[in-house]
Order: sequence, then structure tokens, then C-alpha cells
Amino acid sequence: MEALDKLFYLLAATLFISGLKKLSSPATAVRGNRMAATGMLIAIVTTLGFGGIVSWPMVIAGVIVGSGIGLFLAKTVPMTSMPQMVALLNGFGGGASALVASAEYLRLFNAGETPLIDVGISIQLSVLIGALTFSGSVIAFGKLQEIVTGKAVTYPLQKFLNALLLLTLVGMAGWIVAGSAPIWAFYVVVGISLLLGILTVIPIGGADMPVVISLLNSYSGIAAAMTGFVINNHGLIISGALVGASGIILTNIMCKAMNRSLANVLFGAFGASPTGTIGAGGGDAGDLTVSEVTVEDAAMMLAYARSVIIVPGYGLAVAQAQHDVREMAELIEGNGGEVKYGIHPVAGRMPGHMNVLLAEANVPYPQLKDMDEINPAFPRADVALVIGANDVVNPGARDDANNPLYGMPILDVDKAHHVIVMKRSMNPGFAGVDNPLFYAQNTSMLFGSAKDSVVKLVEEIKQL
Amino acid sequence: MLEGLVVLLVIFVLAMFIGFEVITKVPPTLHTPLMSGSNAISGIAIIGALLVFNTGDGGVASWLGFVAIVFAMINVVGGFMVTGRMLGMFKRKSEDES
Repeated sequence: MEALDKLFYLLAATLFISGLKKLSSPATAVRGNRMAATGMLIAIVTTLGFGGIVSWPMVIAGVIVGSGIGLFLAKTVPMTSMPQMVALLNGFGGGASALVASAEYLRLFNAGETPLIDVGISIQLSVLIGALTFSGSVIAFGKLQEIVTGKAVTYPLQKFLNALLLLTLVGMAGWIVAGSAPIWAFYVVVGISLLLGILTVIPIGGADMPVVISLLNSYSGIAAAMTGFVINNHGLIISGALVGASGIILTNIMCKAMNRSLANVLFGAFGASPTGTIGAGGGDAGDLTVSEVTVEDAAMMLAYARSVIIVPGYGLAVAQAQHDVREMAELIEGNGGEVKYGIHPVAGRMPGHMNVLLAEANVPYPQLKDMDEINPAFPRADVALVIGANDVVNPGARDDANNPLYGMPILDVDKAHHVIVMKRSMNPGFAGVDNPLFYAQNTSMLFGSAKDSVVKLVEEIKQL
Repeated sequence: MLEGLVVLLVIFVLAMFIGFEVITKVPPTLHTPLMSGSNAISGIAIIGALLVFNTGDGGVASWLGFVAIVFAMINVVGGFMVTGRMLGMFKRKSEDES
């Protein structure tokens, strides 16, 4: 009888793993998500049935309130705000884990029991990681929602202060685990954990938030796993580990895509002040010429192209021009051309964000290609159309060892026969680095706002 | 007692490996739904939150448990629903509003 609930938890964990496996293709992903959700339902029902719960009113109230808020958020959040949503969900997950561990500690403390050393350590870790995830996620949410400044906030002795706090925390936690600490020591641990979450995210610039969200995603899983150690529950440990692994992988991918180490993102305070010297890098700025193209000519090129690769940047999403781009793509396809989208890992505000925004605009997913997939296709493309992207198409990052972006993986748009770059002006991108692509022989600039230009292109192509 | 801890550690480490294996196969196109979906899975803390209420002690612990249930349910329901909403947008062929 006692083993029966464990079997159900195992079933739930199996469903989580199978569900995640089905995320390997958009065709099966919907079913995968349903499987995982079923696993969660089984886990919850099992706990309600076997958990020996006594105070039902509070439990039921909590479930209803939480579900209601979750449902509301899921139904109303716009796709552009998905990074904030995920940040918030990370925070709630971490917060829940920390609260469970705290409740367990208080229960033991009030009963006058000292937890065994392994449980004691697990409680402290769960509180630390969970609380840090909670407050860190709230700050990340604030930065993404632009309630908190997106700039990297720095102040003197920042690292020293953090180290001091961490040391205090370790001391307090050790004291508690040893078993003789008064209750305030525990509150100090909670307080410092929350403070560390804030202090470690606040110095990270807004552009680095994709890494931070991925990392916090990982933490929320680890916190759940730690809570599993506290209450000796395999279900929590397995699920938490899965999420922890997922977050680590995504963190890695984002760091690689930005050519930065995790340590550099976390402690580098990138974006605090303008980065170093901004300039042409090449030094022969004198003979660089930019060729401009009219909407009519650009439309002509696109309409008769056999193969077009569209490279969207976040500027496209900001301008809400996804639907117009899709319409344009359909017109090109109507003329017998082939259209694909080349998507850089950091094109959106979180991993995979741009894909979701394009899918929302009804772009068929087989056309969405990631960097490794699309790069070999550029030399065969008639036209590469760059919309609101800059640094991720900078050939200097590939060819010029003196370029500040050197080493960052890019989309090889410069290898296409023609490149049309849609841009508001000649201002440099986020990194403040000049882009040799704009001066290349095969590049034409189409100045104007992304939305206007695409709408005009659609009209022109229709008339051809 | 240490034996019990070791068993849990074994489970943890092996689950991490499974996680790495399974998740490296998720294509970049689905990374956002992967995050929101795995996020919903970390709402598994709901089990712990519910189990806070198997003692009937009341007091501060039960209030913490209550907030934990609310947080975890937001995570679970919000996470799975929003993931489903996103995945529903990925279509093989372009079609008009659906």
C-alpha cells in the first residue's frame, strides 16, 4: 500500500520524460505537452489521495486561487511578453520550493526536533536556491517589463558585498544544520537568499536576460529536486533534475550564441556603459560607400527571386510586422520562389522566442531554420532580406579578429547573391560595432521603419 | 540514513543524464515552449506544498504551505496552458485564422 503512491509518482515522472521527448518535433509537441500535464495531474491526485491531508479547506482554496491566476496569465499574456511570463513562472516555482522547505523546517523546529544532517543540508539548499530564484526572477521580470532599469546596475564593492553575504549565509546555514541555532538564524538565511537573488540579477544588462532566464529556469528545477531530498520524494527529485538539465543546456546555448562565458554574463556587467571605442574597425572608412535601394527595385528583386532567405531580428517583432512579412513571403511563393527564415539563437528575447512570434503570424514551421541549418543555404540564395537584425549578421564577427564581436557565430547573409538590409538609419547595433555588411558590393540598404517598408513591399509586389 | 541519501543522489544524477539526453534533441524552434513546459514540470513542488498539510499543525507553517500551493499551481496551470497555446501555433502549412 505504501509503495503504491511511489509507483504513481514514477508513472508521473515517466510521462514527464516521454512528454519532453515528444518536444523533439513540432508535429508531436502538442501531444508531449498533454502527456506531461497528465503526469502532473496524476502526481497531484496521488498526493491528495495518499498524502494523509487533514486541512482540506486551505488546500482546496490554494489550488483554486493558484489555478485561477495561472489560467488568467496563460490566456492573456501576449507572445511578445513570453520572456516575462517565463521569468515569473520560474520565480513561482522556486518560491514554492523554498516555502515547502521552510514549512518543513518550522514544523521540525516547533516540534523541538533537529533534522538529520542530510535533511538539514537539503532544507538550507532548497531555501537558498528557491528564494534566490524567486527574487532573481522578480527582478528579471521587472527588467523585461521595463519596470526596473534594463541597464546593468553597478556600485562599488559589489562583488565583495555579495561574497560577504554568501559567507554569512553559509555560516548561518552551518549553524542551523549543526542543530543549536535559534529561529532568527533561519530568517537571516531566508533574507540573505532573497537579497542575493536581487543583487546577482540587478547588475546584468537587459540584453543578457535570455541567459539569466535560462539559468533561473535551471535553478527552479534544482530547487524542486532539493525539496525532494527534504521530503524524501522521488517524483520531485526526478522532475527537478530534468528541469535543471534543461535550463543548463539552454544557458549554454545562449552563451555560445553570444560568444560569452557564463561568468562574463553574470559578473561582467555588460551594458553598464558604452563598450569601449566604437568605430569602423577596418580603418579605411574613407572609401566605404553604401548603396541604397528603392522600394520598387527591392520589390522587383524579391518578386522574381527563386530563393529568398528572410533574417528577422527583434526589431521586426517590436514593429509588429510579422504578419506583413508572412504576406510578402506568400506573394514570393506565389511567383514560384522559395522562402525560408534564418533565425539566430539570440534573435528574440529568450531562446526560441522569434520562432514563436513567427508561428503566431502563421508562418509554417518547416520554413523556420536555425543557424546551422540555414548557413549552407546562403550561397545559393538569390536574396537575403535582413529585417531589424544587425550584430548577428556582421561578417566582421567571422572574418576580422580585431572586431569586438569576433568569434560570435553569425548568419552568413553576406554570401547570398544580393542582400537587402532594412534599417531605420546607419546607427550601429546594440554592441555599438560598425557592420561591414552594409558597405559590401552585394548589399543594398532599404531605409525606413520595418513595418512601413514591408507594407510597401507587399503593395509593390502585388502590382508586379 | 546515509544509504537513503545515496539512493536519492543516484536518482538525481541519473535523472540529470536523462534530462540532458532528451533535451539536447529539442530543436531551437521549440526552445521557448520547452522552457515554459519544463517550467510547468518544476511546479512538481506542488506535491511538497500539499504534503505540508498532512500534519494539521496549523500556524505559520500552514500559511507558508498555502502560499506554496498557490505559487506551485500558478506554475503548473500557467506553464502547461501557455505551452499548449504556443505549440498550437506551430503549423505545417500556412492557413487563415484558426
